[in-house]
This record gives sequence, C-alpha cells and structure tokens, in this order.
Amino acid sequence: MAYSGRARESYQNELANLRDQGLFKEERYIHAPQGAEIEVEFPTGNPPRKVINMCANNYLGLSSHPEVVAAAHAGLDHRGYGMSSVRFICGTQDIHRELENKLTEFLGTEDTLLFPSCMDANAGVFEAVLSEQDVMIADRLVHASIVDGMRLCKAMQDTFKHSDMGHLEEKLVEHQDKRFRMVITDGVFSMDGDIARLDAIVALAEKHDAMVFVDDSHASGFIGKTGRGTHEHCGVVGRMDVITTTLGKALGGASGGCVSGRRELVEMCRQRARPYLFSNTVAPVIVSGALKVLDLISATTERRDKLETNTVYWRKLLTDAGFDIKPGESPIVPVMLYNAKLAQDVARDLFAEGIYVVGFFFPVVAKGQARIRTQLSAAHEKHHLDAAIAAFVKVGKKYGILGLGKNQIIEKYGL
Amino acid sequence: MDELKKAIRDYVVKEYLEEGDDRQVGEDTPLITGGIVDSFSMVSLKRFLERKYSIQIPDAEATPQAFDTVNSIAALVTRFTKG
Repeated sequence: MAYSGRARESYQNELANLRDQGLFKEERYIHAPQGAEIEVEFPTGNPPRKVINMCANNYLGLSSHPEVVAAAHAGLDHRGYGMSSVRFICGTQDIHRELENKLTEFLGTEDTLLFPSCMDANAGVFEAVLSEQDVMIADRLVHASIVDGMRLCKAMQDTFKHSDMGHLEEKLVEHQDKRFRMVITDGVFSMDGDIARLDAIVALAEKHDAMVFVDDSHASGFIGKTGRGTHEHCGVVGRMDVITTTLGKALGGASGGCVSGRRELVEMCRQRARPYLFSNTVAPVIVSGALKVLDLISATTERRDKLETNTVYWRKLLTDAGFDIKPGESPIVPVMLYNAKLAQDVARDLFAEGIYVVGFFFPVVAKGQARIRTQLSAAHEKHHLDAAIAAFVKVGKKYGILGLGKNQIIEKYGL
Repeated sequence: MDELKKAIRDYVVKEYLEEGDDRQVGEDTPLITGGIVDSFSMVSLKRFLERKYSIQIPDAEATPQAFDTVNSIAALVTRFTKG
C-alpha cells in the first residue's frame, strides 16, 4: 500500500487547516426535486425541513417542470441511458445535433458544439482556437472556469479592470502586434449580478480588430427581451464571436454546456477541444429534456417575464427594508454584509427561519466583500418572497444592520 | 522610495486599483495576500517589469511570494538586472 501514514497525516492537516480557516465546504442533502420549496437535511443527520430556496440557479423554474421531466422520460425510452463512447467514435445521436442546431438558432450564432459542462467548454475553447501568436484579454472578475481555460492555452494572457472600457481599450491598443486578440467576459457576473457592457465591448473590439467571447451561463434563457442572453440585452445579437453557456442553470438545470459562435471556431473545437474529444457528451435523457426546454422558452416569454417581475419585487423589498444590496437588473441579488462571520451567521439564522441562502466570503469574493447571494426564480410566487423578506427583516433586526450602509456595517462588525 | 520602487508602485496603483479605491500602496503593503493583485492578473505586472527593465523573469521565479510587495518585486528585478 503506497498511501503511507505520512501522506494521510499530511492531508488530514491540510483539511484541518481548511476547517480552522472557516473554508471547509459541506454539502447539504436535499430530499426533494429542485424547486421554490425544498426539503433540506441540515445539519447532516437531522430530519429534513421544508425551506424556501433562494440560492438555486433555477432561474426559469424548469428544473422539475412536468413537460421537461416527461420529455426526459421519453428520451430515455427512445434513445437509451448512456452512449459508452466519445462523440467522434459512436457517441453522437441525431438528437445531439438537433439540440446543437436549436441552440444555434436560439443564440443567434452560426454553429454550436455540446460539451459535458460549461466548465469543460471554457476549459477547452481557448486552447482550441488560439496560439502563441495571440492574446486573451479578460475581465478580472470572469468565472474560475475561464481562468482555468486560459491557463491551458498558450496565447498571452492579460486582464482589464472589471467592466472598465478605458482600461480594455488600452490593452487592445497595447496588443496590436498580436495575430488575434480575444476579449473575454462573463455576460452576467455570478457574484455581483451585474451585466457586462457587451455593446461597448463589441464596439471596441470592432474598432481594434478583436474577437469577443462571452460566458452567458447566468443569462441564457432569461436576460434580454426574449431571453436570448446578454447579447440580446445589449443589442449585439449576431456580432458575438464565441458564446459559451450551460444547460445546468436556467435551461433545465441538469448538466451540459456548449460553445456557440463563428462556424470555423466551433469546428476548431470539434477538432481540437480536449474535453469534447476525450469525454462522453451530454446523456440522451438530458438532451431530450433540454430540447423541450428550448421549445418551451421559444414559444413564450412568460417565464422570463415572471422572473423579471419577481426580481424587481425582491430588489424593492430588500431596499425598502434597509438592506445594502448591489444594484442591478439581474436575478442575482447580493445582500452585502462585508464581514465573513456576519455573512455566515445571518445565513445560518435565515435557515432557522426557513430561508435557504448561502454566505459567500473570501476567497470566493474579494476580502471585505462578504455577502449573501440571493437568486430569484420564476418558480417563486409572491408569497415565497413575502415570507423571505419577513425572515430577512427579523434576522436583520437581530444583527442591527437594517438601514446601515457599507461603512456603518464595517464599523460595527469589522472586515 | 527609490526610482525602481516608485515605478513598481505607480504601475500597481494604475493597473490594479479601481477608480475610487483609496488604499495606500507602500513598500511593504501585501499586494497578493492583501487582495490588491490576484494571481490571475499578475501577468501584466510581470510583463511590465520585463519590458521596462529588459529582463526575463522565468515563470518559476514569478511566484505570488516574490510578487507580494513592492520591496520583494524590486529585489527580484534587481537580481535579474544584475544577473
């Protein structure tokens, strides 16, 4: 046995350090399908209790939608459970290509390639389309999967200050000696909920001959008048070069992702992207569910409209109650607490009040930027949000933070 | 603060602090452990130093520790300009 006592002790110490630093992550077991109300076993071993879920990426409430579940059942019956192969050997069914075509139409691009996840899409895309002669210029707050994907690519890396168009332009000018420049951003930033200025980014990219990449995982299905995403919201449909997105959030929430965009770039991914080449793709049952999701959201904007109404209502409730929230339009609504312990305490007390939220703190967000990230869903009804705000107010009063701004909260609780 | 350290500090302030961020950057201010520069954004600082001082800093030397303060960065640059 090569797993020596020394190795075990070393890992045990490392895990103990994570616990000591308050960075140890624990899963909570959910005893119900995903939805606005779920039954959560927490702490582990306790009987499950019913709570209102305010922390899922189930933006459109489609994770357990009966028509999606029925379509997934039918897919299981007609196309089986697994493929037992990567795509280019014998792992591609007709429905995989059908889903890619529907995503292309939905996103307003030229072609699409499915990946096992959007994490995989981001891990594979840069290496597949860029080389040593090129440069990647990323917003500093892009998702961790983009950072990892950039590290796997031989092109030069650079970054610009979050949503700072002046700084981006400086970088575009600085890198004019490169063969290709690619500007890289999230559509909706997952921790702050703010929306990228894609119209300005595209204009700068066109001025300085650069491609534009957006990860629209927190936007596809609901941002924009018909839910196409950030590019629709910003009026630049058809001008995006690469969009990556996920099926694991609004679009059914199961798993899977894609690279969508210029035909040649997508084809390069089919030839070269390693997570596509060396892993099975999305299972037929998920493809079948996702096809139904696209049918549902292409037929009507009812669900994204309800999400928008819920978002406006929830933001107003929090603001009127005196919470310090990040302003914006997206259904990601961070309640700012700044102090890491305070964020954890407030989240724990809210759970006791029947509201499921999670505190985020360094290193997930910058130091001194601890928060509770609330997320809206079209599955929420007004009574859910009314119950949630009553709990927030009760807990907010306990900690004396209602009506306090950033400096006052920091003064009271420290950083 | 000598000219080298001043150049490093000025670049850090311009490149990494957001508008309205009034944190003071001194010679010993922790940049990476202090959350001013993250390891993802550090590459532009490395490239700035290499261009300005006509040096090559091997990736193995460009560690978060070596880049954590103006003083440690200046020491690194001095080592390579002399070497």
